[in-house]
Amino acid sequence: MLWIKNGIVVDPKNGIDAERMDIFVKNGKIVNEEDVRKEDCRVIDANNKLVVAGGVDMHAHIAGSKINVGRTMRPEEMRVVRQTAGKLRASMGRVLLTSPAIGYEYARMGYTTAVEAATPPIGAPHTHEELDSIPVVDKASLTVFGNWHPVFKYAADRDREKMKAFIAWALERTKGFGVKVVNPGGVEAWMYGGNVRNLDDEVPKWSVTPREIITELVNANEELNLPHSVHLHCNNLGVPGNYQTTIETIKLVSGIRNDSRQVLHVTHVQFNAYAGSSWRDVASGAAEIAKVVNSMDNVTIDMGQAIFGHATAMTSDAPFQFTLHKLTGSRWVNKDTEIEGGAGIVPITYMPKNPVHALQWAIGLELGLLVESDRVVLSTDYPNGGPYTEYPYVMAMLMSRRMREKELDRVSPYVQKATSLPAIEVEKTLYEVIEMTRSLPARVMGLESKGHLGTGADADIAIYNLNPNDLDPASQYDVVNREFRVPAYTIKDGEIIVKDGNLLKETWGRTYWVDARKKASVDSIDSDLNEFFTEYYTVRRENYGVAEYWMRKPERLEVN
Amino acid sequence: MADAVCTFCGNVCDDVEFDVNTQKGKRLCALGLAKFREKERIKSPMINGKEVSYEEAVEETAEILVNAKKPLLYGWSSTVNEAIRYGIILTEKVGGVYDQCSSVCHAPGTLAIIEEGIPGGSLGTAKNRADVIVFWGCNPLEAHPRHPARYSAMAKGFLIKSRKDRKIVVVDVRKTKSAAMADKFIQIKPGYDYAIISALRALVKGEDIEAREVGGVPKEVLAELADMMKSANYGVIFYGLGITQSRGRDRNVENAVKLIQLLNRHTRWVIWPMRGHYNVVGAGEIPAWEVGFQYAIDFSRGYPRFSPAEFSAVEMLLRKDCDAMLVMSSDPAAHFPWKAVEHMKNIPVIQIDPFPNMTTLLSNVVIPSAVAGIEAEGNVYRMDGIVLRVKKLVDSEYWSDEKIVHEILKAVERRL
Repeated sequence: MLWIKNGIVVDPKNGIDAERMDIFVKNGKIVNEEDVRKEDCRVIDANNKLVVAGGVDMHAHIAGSKINVGRTMRPEEMRVVRQTAGKLRASMGRVLLTSPAIGYEYARMGYTTAVEAATPPIGAPHTHEELDSIPVVDKASLTVFGNWHPVFKYAADRDREKMKAFIAWALERTKGFGVKVVNPGGVEAWMYGGNVRNLDDEVPKWSVTPREIITELVNANEELNLPHSVHLHCNNLGVPGNYQTTIETIKLVSGIRNDSRQVLHVTHVQFNAYAGSSWRDVASGAAEIAKVVNSMDNVTIDMGQAIFGHATAMTSDAPFQFTLHKLTGSRWVNKDTEIEGGAGIVPITYMPKNPVHALQWAIGLELGLLVESDRVVLSTDYPNGGPYTEYPYVMAMLMSRRMREKELDRVSPYVQKATSLPAIEVEKTLYEVIEMTRSLPARVMGLESKGHLGTGADADIAIYNLNPNDLDPASQYDVVNREFRVPAYTIKDGEIIVKDGNLLKETWGRTYWVDARKKASVDSIDSDLNEFFTEYYTVRRENYGVAEYWMRKPERLEVN
Repeated sequence: MADAVCTFCGNVCDDVEFDVNTQKGKRLCALGLAKFREKERIKSPMINGKEVSYEEAVEETAEILVNAKKPLLYGWSSTVNEAIRYGIILTEKVGGVYDQCSSVCHAPGTLAIIEEGIPGGSLGTAKNRADVIVFWGCNPLEAHPRHPARYSAMAKGFLIKSRKDRKIVVVDVRKTKSAAMADKFIQIKPGYDYAIISALRALVKGEDIEAREVGGVPKEVLAELADMMKSANYGVIFYGLGITQSRGRDRNVENAVKLIQLLNRHTRWVIWPMRGHYNVVGAGEIPAWEVGFQYAIDFSRGYPRFSPAEFSAVEMLLRKDCDAMLVMSSDPAAHFPWKAVEHMKNIPVIQIDPFPNMTTLLSNVVIPSAVAGIEAEGNVYRMDGIVLRVKKLVDSEYWSDEKIVHEILKAVERRL
């Protein structure tokens, strides 16, 4: 039992903004004062310290074949030794981290939940093996659907019932949490050396378009009422002028409603927010996208902030990765996967004086600043935009115009004319950045016990040496940037894991997965599945997927 | 008959059946059937030839590993992921060196990934899409017998409806059995892979080459192959040890990867290695996520360092740089250079294996294990990185590799 005393609590989900209060923890949950015996409590003195829920990273590539081949390709990333082996594991990596390091670094930043953003369905057993090797944090993984042949078939046939059955079947088999869609149709086109360029480009050999794939998946997802909405990486990623495709895509869901959450989450929008017609006249389309997102109440986004320094682009958007390889001349991994889609990996370095990189950096910030705080989540699309360990930098930047001005001085002047960043006066409040890193991502994912400090929430808590009542983030941005990296305490399921930035112990979090089989008739696709497997797969249907008993700590969320 | 997943080669065929009582199988190739059939086993754990309990063997192993200054933990390609993971953590704990069979096999391919990446695909993409398949320096019919039927030459799928829809090319230094299934067989001079790939790169680019022949292959034949590659809709190169263990090694693979990069500017091509043991891919994947590298990893400084040819097993032994060795499901005594094996005779050696082999003869501690895929289950990586769960068909008195290594790890932790 814990008694966190005298902390200054910021808990946006419960409308608490910098109030001095005590928090009580019992059996890994947050409880009311009367539910604990105070004399049995370990007291944590949080006097004048900021007390918030543990951070939730809802989009990061932390496990599976992509990051692992990234590590293999880039041994130079492993020259950074974060911790030598002892009671705990050796912790390695510059931006690409080893699995132990991923868990440790999240905990050392006060983050307690992380979602793997893209699992190739047949690669799910690999993803879960790696997730099982990430300590401390709770985890989940999103299964990639948008270029899977059965999805094309059911979208083309407008067969909603079978689409729902397929999603329910696939989430169970992959122990996935939700429906991820990456460049729908475009990765299939890449199997012929092409891509799709707009929402109405037909997918080769299938009479179906990205528009239809997205719409059918969103409708099926909503009829199943999954905890999370469709999670979309838009078409045309990384192409100047793509902000129009992004806006058109967002508008596809106008009119579709869900009372508890968005019906579409558009991810790492920074990479999909370019105006202009080529890299010579590329500019920001962030303001236009922000306008549309703000005007709708059923769409959320995350930033995909670029961080100056090393990064590794890795995505299921295989044709984009080939373009990037041609553009930079850098190493290139491609992985076409059965009839499910593909992936690519290319190292990249974001340089402040490079006009395009500076533009990307500015666009991420524009999105974070111009979109209302209840619909934009802070992310770097780790490791695509850079390391998640730089979230404190992004938080500080969002809160301080003075810091942004200082940073603007060192980046390419191209951003002055190509973006609105220099003119943006918005300074997000501490309450807002806590929302963007805690309560909002938890709500977007449909994780009700995460991201807040109300009674019944998981006791995932971060305490920082910041007194909100005595802090002016606009001028004390360096304090913000420093202290969010070194929590006084990180508490996971009621256990103290980090004290004063030091990791005390290794624990193992849950892996959430969603079981929607009760909401659909999986039997209705039985013969289809047999056919898919006999004709097109190289593994038998019986051997496809992940069983719960292989997993370290699975937690099934059943949809009723 | 019980459904089984074969634990012999990198194909990891998951459609086979085996009856433990009658010793008969279905759909298993000769190699797989030989693996599944009963044969001589190590009867009991032994220390210096004396039969002991598992617990005693585990304690002795822990004692040796903890007391060693720099133990080498080698093998790992014929066991399940769960055992490999404990093995990596064990190596980290004892400050030893982890190396796996790739370092004498396909590791040059890993070095090529470091240089250039790898444009690849799963076996299912070859089956469904490839209208041209090149087998370069590999002999699938004899080394991966069911590869052509299940995944490549004869496999049918989404775009390929019959063998006629696909062209097969075999490039090798001799006319192998696999050459018989090829539409085009190109015999090359040993050691000329790099030069021939360079010539192909030039021809694909549309440049002329001055030589009339390269590596024993007439220019016209190379030009034909280059045309065939460019006009494919989706091509695959499967390569084997003929590329990785001949002159040029990793540079051969790197050059081939560059050829594939170039071909993707015209059409679609991928390249993939024909990995040997059923879980040699896992022996690299797991250390990659646990400690950042695939093989040749030294932990003596408390953190992992990667240095092939320094921390790879043969070189460690030749330099007499390890003072104890644990061998997991491998037979270095039979396959390593004799000078390396000589050092094995001078240091304590621990063997974990279901079957006796040459290494058993010079091992101080021998720990027999259950056969993965027959007596124990676990995850393994097929040659294309796809994970399959191998099954337990029958109960066994033998401990699984996973349990053995986990117990050793716990015994080591008690001593630290």
